[in-house]
Amino acid sequence: MHELSIVMSIVQIASKEANRNGASIVDEIELDIGVLSGVEMDSFDFAWQQGVKDSVLHQAIRHVNRVPGKGRCLDCATEFPMQQLYDACPACNSQLVDILSGRELSVKTLLVPDTAS
Amino acid sequence: MCATCGCGPESHHHHGHDHHHASGKKIVEVEKDILHENNLLAQRNRGFFEGRNILALNLVSSPGSGKTSLLERTLTDMKGELSFAVIEGDQQTTNDADRIHATGTKVTQINTGKGCHLDAHMVLHAVQGMKLEADSVLFIENVGNLVCPAMFDLGEQERVVVISVTEGEDKPLKYPDMFHSSTLCIINKIDLLPYVRFDVEKAKQYARQVNPSLEIIELSCTSGEGMQLWYEWLKSKVLQPA
Repeated sequence: MHELSIVMSIVQIASKEANRNGASIVDEIELDIGVLSGVEMDSFDFAWQQGVKDSVLHQAIRHVNRVPGKGRCLDCATEFPMQQLYDACPACNSQLVDILSGRELSVKTLLVPDTAS
Repeated sequence: MCATCGCGPESHHHHGHDHHHASGKKIVEVEKDILHENNLLAQRNRGFFEGRNILALNLVSSPGSGKTSLLERTLTDMKGELSFAVIEGDQQTTNDADRIHATGTKVTQINTGKGCHLDAHMVLHAVQGMKLEADSVLFIENVGNLVCPAMFDLGEQERVVVISVTEGEDKPLKYPDMFHSSTLCIINKIDLLPYVRFDVEKAKQYARQVNPSLEIIELSCTSGEGMQLWYEWLKSKVLQPA
């Protein structure tokens, strides 16, 4: 259940950024969570409900971009979609694959009340 | 981050392009890795280890694959050849630390409580209390769990995943993240091969399917078979110039 640690890290980042922008609450949060990042979304949803309680994120709307997995074969340079870390090249069956995307795990943006306006 | 030592890195970097909405809301561009804090602390640990030429190894596996037994035997057999210290990670008890302590090795137990993995922050604190010798080997035995520890860099130089022949040979395919992020795979308990249905070649094939550059050593810390290969691997890593 490392998803709870992930959620707590998101809460930490959001609190810091909200605070820096003079906001005590976050209305919306946008996350990149790649399909090869090792995060199980069911566990993540469950951890989220618990983890955001009493935090700036407690009523934030969450937008998750599930970044698709993409690899490039190091032997024949074919680019192909990946569902698993160990997917082989569909053209030459090589296992030597450079993962181009899908391992993303980041906080992209927050939407917060604008205290300056 | 941490009230006792102030060890939370406060690396502020403003992007300076926040967008203001007409609705009295604004978008803050964060663009921050979720594991950013852990990764910074891991790099701090790594710098400390490199500065003192300490080979830090993160041992990961399912519970019961024989990590502690492997360490007990290694610490006893290699006594006098290399200098060692151990960090034990478990949810509860000091049982494993007690076993390591009995070999005469410096050891610290981390209890994670309900936590399912060690993180760089826990290791940082453990290391602060240990007075580690220069030119030594630090084994960090992670919480027995093949899923969660994969994501958390502790600042180790090498990650060693241990599986045993009493498990399924398809472990690498079931838990690819761990095998993908490891540099060495130890297949333990090979003395039991005559009694179990474990296809070593298949296990190796699966492991290399997930990670083609993974090194694999088969051994038994009960019979001692293959232990020499592991010791040679250890010594080759220590001798590398920092």
